[in-house]
Amino acid sequence: MPARRIIPCLDVRDGRVVKGVRFEGHRDVGGIEEHTAYYVAQSADELVFYDISASPAGRTLDLDWIRRVARLIDIPFAVAGGIRTRDQAAACLEAGADKVSVNSPALERPALIEDLARDFGSQCVVVGVDSLRDEDGNYHVKQYTGDPTRSRAAGRRTLDWVREAAERGAGEIVLNCMSRDGVRSGYDLDHTRDVADAVTVPVIASGGAGAPAHFRDAFLAGASGALAATVFHDRLIAIPELKEFLARCGIDVRP
Amino acid sequence: MRLVCIDLGYGNLGSVAIAFERLGVVPEISGEPEVLRAADKLVLPGVGHAGYAMRQARARGLDRLVAELPQPLLGICLGMQLLFEHTEEEDTRGLGLLPGRVRKLQPAPERPVPHMGWSKLDVRDPSLGLASGDYVYFAHSYACDDGPATAASTDYGRTVPAVVRSGRLTGAQFHPERSGAAGARFLGAWLAA
Repeated sequence: MPARRIIPCLDVRDGRVVKGVRFEGHRDVGGIEEHTAYYVAQSADELVFYDISASPAGRTLDLDWIRRVARLIDIPFAVAGGIRTRDQAAACLEAGADKVSVNSPALERPALIEDLARDFGSQCVVVGVDSLRDEDGNYHVKQYTGDPTRSRAAGRRTLDWVREAAERGAGEIVLNCMSRDGVRSGYDLDHTRDVADAVTVPVIASGGAGAPAHFRDAFLAGASGALAATVFHDRLIAIPELKEFLARCGIDVRP
Repeated sequence: MRLVCIDLGYGNLGSVAIAFERLGVVPEISGEPEVLRAADKLVLPGVGHAGYAMRQARARGLDRLVAELPQPLLGICLGMQLLFEHTEEEDTRGLGLLPGRVRKLQPAPERPVPHMGWSKLDVRDPSLGLASGDYVYFAHSYACDDGPATAASTDYGRTVPAVVRSGRLTGAQFHPERSGAAGARFLGAWLAA
């Protein structure tokens, strides 16, 4: 395993960084450039930008801020938001993104994953999965989660979908455990472990980080990386101190 | 310094070009034979898929041209893999400038594939601008075999060459353009060599 990755996630709407709780009630937390520069200086290992307004509105993300971010940073970053076609993904990669992340459009048309992996390689193709536990204790996939008025069940079990996504060529799975989003009670460790065991590609835990121990636990559950927003945006956890803590716990991190 | 990033019509040439711009050299991005011939140094970037990239190269006649040109050439990630004779990715014949084959990484518990993230280097050649213990960013599912050209490596179930060097050819399996300060040191040393 490479060093475990700490991945701040920036939700972007109309070119600004926003943050919600359980995918709703987004508030403006600043400009993209200032956040990006801050996280690079903080020794973040990678950044993810989700254009949360793009997919529900049926449009793709705009390339202008991707070009600005690409120029600003020397660590990898992924972009997500309404990428529906090979050409849209190509435009994002040409603008300087290292990976594209697909979620709702891959559920609409799973062959999209193959289209992207065939031309750009699996290492460029991230599949984001918004997973929610139902009353029976089973995890299902949700779609269009960026817009509370359109969010709905995708009609798939999470473990089935991540296996299918990996078989179709996904190079990484970002597992968003929706019930944990923004609430800082810890990652859903059992679900993260089940997903990491179900596929041979890297799995990134997402949703619920509130304390340094939560990151450690996600890595012990098999996550290659841990994604978080609230604790970083609100300056509740500083990444250098988080990495020192993880190193003391015996977890390999990049200084 | 006339630096040219070879445009095969795929992948993110932009981030590689920007990494060189940070070092004070603005590369041209071109697939035109006369531009490549006039370069002082060449970069073959690469994210993408080997079969697709080689089809693009052949369609543009760039496979033969890149083999003939005498200038120093740096292949990055897929661009490094294409320097070899063959890659298992879609059973693709490479440029054949370096002996050997590129094989798929085998996943194992705690070792997912793609090999994605920051891995620690073991550096054999001190002139690379890299030091043992540096973390650099990898994102790949295939890797060449360890051999005499290996100048730096990492361990991923087998020894994975991170940098190969042979005559005018340098290959980086990692992404120097996305490897922070270590990546910049590596690119700076290659430019200065």
